[in-house]
Amino acid sequence: MISRREIFETLEMIDQQHLDIRTVTMGISLLDCADPDPKACCRKIYEKITRMAKDLVRTGEDIEQEFGIPIVNKRISVTPIALAAAASETEDYVPFARTLDRAAAETGVNFIGGFSALVHKGFTAADRKLVNAIPQALAETERVCSSVNVASTKSGINMDAVALMGRIIRETARLTADRGSLGCAKLVAFCNAVEDNPFMAGAFHGVGEPESVINVGISGPGVVHHALLECKGAPFDLVAETIKRTAFRVTRMGQLVAREASSRLGVPFGVVDLSLAPTPAIGDSVADILEEMGLERVGTHGTTAALALLNDAVKKGGLMAASHVGGLSGAFIPVSEDAGMIASAEAGTLCLDKLEAMTCVCSVGLDMIAVPGDTPAETLSAILADEAAIGMVNNKTTAARLIPAVGKTVGDRVDFGGLLGSAPVIGVHPESSALFVSRGGRIPAPLQSLRN
Amino acid sequence: MRAIVTVVGKDRVGIIADVCTRLSGWNVNVLDINQTVMQGNFAMTMLVDLEKCEMPFREVSEQLRLRGEEMKLSIRMQREDIFEAMHRV
Repeated sequence: MISRREIFETLEMIDQQHLDIRTVTMGISLLDCADPDPKACCRKIYEKITRMAKDLVRTGEDIEQEFGIPIVNKRISVTPIALAAAASETEDYVPFARTLDRAAAETGVNFIGGFSALVHKGFTAADRKLVNAIPQALAETERVCSSVNVASTKSGINMDAVALMGRIIRETARLTADRGSLGCAKLVAFCNAVEDNPFMAGAFHGVGEPESVINVGISGPGVVHHALLECKGAPFDLVAETIKRTAFRVTRMGQLVAREASSRLGVPFGVVDLSLAPTPAIGDSVADILEEMGLERVGTHGTTAALALLNDAVKKGGLMAASHVGGLSGAFIPVSEDAGMIASAEAGTLCLDKLEAMTCVCSVGLDMIAVPGDTPAETLSAILADEAAIGMVNNKTTAARLIPAVGKTVGDRVDFGGLLGSAPVIGVHPESSALFVSRGGRIPAPLQSLRN
Repeated sequence: MRAIVTVVGKDRVGIIADVCTRLSGWNVNVLDINQTVMQGNFAMTMLVDLEKCEMPFREVSEQLRLRGEEMKLSIRMQREDIFEAMHRV
């Protein structure tokens, strides 16, 4: 039998160290919903989502109850709408977002991802309609999340898309200005987007995926932090080993939940996403882990190295514990969702340039960062281009989720509530990138050999 | 299905008897008990088998939780698999 010590250790992880399953996400293909009549297409989409995911939330709650482990989010990802809606004869894609929102409400999930387009090499007519509909779609809906893939290692960076996304982000901020520009918290621009990511706002159900699938995102920064308290002053070998052991345990639990959810719902298991996702709760912070390694405050010199170790050890520990690993898999550093990151940004230690450096060694990018509301669209685009370049050259997924909070400036704070937390507004460089962004075209794909 | 019941709180007379009586009333078989008192705090773990129990898992777990509240104890029941997954390769 499991020993008493092991049992209470597990309970302590759940009760005091915020161990939980961050999300059980059901991916659903909408490719068979295509219809020349947009209304018919919407009807098919609604019918399919509500049919496939009708038991998702209840099943999640049952598992939560039986295992005694919280499953914080139950979510849905769908085929990028630019593909599902491409056959429909309409200029207006906002009704598709409304349909997704209604289906999410009906099934009880808190977010639905996939109001998306993949434009890393260029736009189809449908892609363009979708991207142009994003600001209105995010302003009108509550649970819909949107993502646009603007670059990839194989095809380079679509700078026309990058330029457009800067304007789209600004417009989304404007249309949701009364809610702290919340729309931007549900909008991600990707490089190398993955098809099986269970985490929002960037989740969508890729075309290589089956009809439907269950992907699980784990979490547990609090547990890793707690484990590191036991190795104060120890060399990094021991730090890495401790993180690996902890990640292994956390992932085993994720795998168990994933298998259980998959068998109860009769939907194939896809991947476990080995991510350390923080929440704004005290003690559930990735920043705390980095500081525990000996940094006075996250963002100071040494942060990138600490994060590189953490990110790698989490993957090494988790890989052995899960039968299939995928999604984003790595440590997340969303500023607004991490108490330690917020504190450091407010103190002025953590700046945009350091965050960008950190994204070179972790998943997934410049995440949940509030910038001044008057930041020009071209500057936003240039930040996206920098982030896409890091992903493109390093063969990894990067993303940017920037919130130009209308009416706010450096030193102010934007409150999103719930898991999205609150973000101190961080400064951007005042010098213009307008001429750079206005060039358009594509930045060619990088060389894959002679890597130095 | 096997589950682990944990009971934690201030020690008093009859905790084990109370929990066991309830479990037997629902046809839940107790396979193993491990109990200790540290500085007046009672901590017990039980391995139980719900094979013959006709009540749904959720219901048993909820009844135990409510009884725990009445006795000012934390009582919870979780499937054994979760502990196996985390502590055994």
